[in-house]
Amino acid sequence: MTELWEGYIWPGAIIIAQILAIVLPILVAVAYLTYAERKVIGAMQLRRGPNVVGPFGLLQPLADGAKLFLKETVIPTGASRAVFVLAPMLTFILALIGWAVIPFNEGWVLADINVGVLYLFAVSSLGVYGIIMAGWGSNSKYAFLGGMRSSAQMVSYEVSIGLIIISVLLTAGTLNLSAIVEAQREGLWYFIPHFPMFILFFISALAETNRHPFDLPEAEAELVSGYNVEYSSMTFALFFLGEYANMILMSGMVTILFLGGWLAPFEVAPFTWVPGVVWFALKVALCLFVFIWARAAFPRYRYDQLMRLGWKVFLPFSGIWVVLTAGFLLFTDQLPK
Amino acid sequence: MIIATFAFYLFAVVAVISGLLVITAKNPVHSVLWLILAFFNAAGLFVLLGAEFLAMLLVVVYVGAVAVLFLFVVMMLDLNTLNFREGYQQYMPLGLAIGLVLLVELATVGAGWALLPEVEGQLAAPIAAAEAAGLSNTEALGHILYTDYVYFFQAAGIILLVAMVGAIMLTHRSREGVRKQKIGRQLARDPAASVEVKKVETGRGI
Amino acid sequence: MGFIDRTARSFLLLEMLQGMALSFKYMFKPRVTINYPMEKGPLSPRFRGEHALRRYPNGEERCIACKLCEAICPALAITIEAEPREDNSRRTSRYDIDMTKCIYCGLCQEACPVDAIVEGPNFEFSAETREELLYNKDKLLANGDRWEPELAARIELDAPYR
Repeated sequence: MTELWEGYIWPGAIIIAQILAIVLPILVAVAYLTYAERKVIGAMQLRRGPNVVGPFGLLQPLADGAKLFLKETVIPTGASRAVFVLAPMLTFILALIGWAVIPFNEGWVLADINVGVLYLFAVSSLGVYGIIMAGWGSNSKYAFLGGMRSSAQMVSYEVSIGLIIISVLLTAGTLNLSAIVEAQREGLWYFIPHFPMFILFFISALAETNRHPFDLPEAEAELVSGYNVEYSSMTFALFFLGEYANMILMSGMVTILFLGGWLAPFEVAPFTWVPGVVWFALKVALCLFVFIWARAAFPRYRYDQLMRLGWKVFLPFSGIWVVLTAGFLLFTDQLPK
Repeated sequence: MIIATFAFYLFAVVAVISGLLVITAKNPVHSVLWLILAFFNAAGLFVLLGAEFLAMLLVVVYVGAVAVLFLFVVMMLDLNTLNFREGYQQYMPLGLAIGLVLLVELATVGAGWALLPEVEGQLAAPIAAAEAAGLSNTEALGHILYTDYVYFFQAAGIILLVAMVGAIMLTHRSREGVRKQKIGRQLARDPAASVEVKKVETGRGI
Repeated sequence: MGFIDRTARSFLLLEMLQGMALSFKYMFKPRVTINYPMEKGPLSPRFRGEHALRRYPNGEERCIACKLCEAICPALAITIEAEPREDNSRRTSRYDIDMTKCIYCGLCQEACPVDAIVEGPNFEFSAETREELLYNKDKLLANGDRWEPELAARIELDAPYR
């Protein structure tokens, strides 16, 4: 009995507690990200944003959540029931499991695996299934077109994201996320030596999360709202949460790969007093602000322009950068190990 | 250890069942989705073997890219499932024969399989050997791929490149008289060169 | 030179950055929207809102049942029936406006010789049923009593321009 308790139940309980400790703040962050988005875009468009529910509209996300929760889930006739219901769950779960490998601070990571970067990359590339299943399962033209667009878009931009990640990995010499952050402690944060890749990665992240200006899968003007037209109530809420959680995950990835993760900007007294997790959160918040900012600033791309950008600009550019990085590191003898 | 065993049986059973469902599902899209589940469970098995790099590659490449394209094609084709049964009996002997040949071949290979004596020791504990040398399995793979098998690796790359060029050549049609958007030229236009402001007197026209 | 300039501009994403800088600048400008139910925007004295039938200061209703408004109404929203009152003055026995038909053109108030029918400043008269929007004489007179100070002020403000 004690063996069962000490060997399984107790560690299991600890793991579940850790998972909750990560997931709950993320869900709160997602809720308030929607609030921040509405406020920031409102400000940029000279509007006020939500300001009625609670002080400064701070309870708006809760009101929205309650509304979605209490609504009726409508499953369209002719929809493939299982696929239709699975799709939002898949999106939501995939958006959350990526956080397992994200180091919030030195040693603050649920699973410190050797191939953390690949894991994140794999999880983000799986995200396309939620959307494609929703598009197909809805049995609706708009949803189907949205799902098609989205899958083509995500697959295209993943290629350049992969190449960009390779440049970073070459410099860091490891696939472990904590080790990548530690490698940036010694030298510059990677957004300085890899500045063009930093920009490319950020833009690809916008495309990967189907955000503006690459939000063609849900372009309201043409596709009503794309893959999630037929969804209502909680199924829609799961998509929504998943999309925003993915944004935060991508921002976390940008932070870890390019902005030095939990490291303080300068290793001197007032900056080092602040705990690493605060720096991490600040950097993620900065990235998210740029996500929102881009939405307020740019009009939507046309689909062929999007594909052209992905395949004819980003892919060659990031490929050349990998070669340049490898060559530079080899000739200056800076290759890790 | 119990958890690892449990996980193994979970992944294995789900992989086998979803593999069966791939060939029995009526709807081709469902088949592809089951195939993806099978891939995913195979990746889980790789993780249990300690080959996390391969597992992640399997997910990234097969699940994340190849299967998406499968799904894409199957969804677009809009296959009529009723027609699948046509000629079922006619082709069954041929199919069975091919299956039998493959089975016999596999059995022959399995029976005649022998390992080099120096490999045998490593095979018993491949990860342990690499770990003893202080290598993660990413590094171990890299060391083998880029030293012993570098020519094969490069040759594989070139074959893929040739395949890609071939595919593009086969599908690429150069059509005459198509007016394409030239983004470079559009961007290069400046207002001074493209817009002329004229002062038009009332009642005169230009 | 022009080529280098253009290439550099497009590779440095200068136009993108300009756009983002502009939207960032706008973030700190004062908001142009108002908190509507609590704050309201300014209304011109000529604003054409809900209709009202006015009275003279002594309480006598202004309308003399000339039916000019009924005749001019392009939407045929006004229905008037008239008969002599017990003091033999000509008055309306029925004055209905179908607010669901009305297009708020203001021709009725232009046509009225005695400033009896006017369109007031009130634009918040939405109702839950269609029937509530079929106004009769009582409703219109009640509106007039309710808004009289503002209606008089508006007519006075607009008078120099007529």
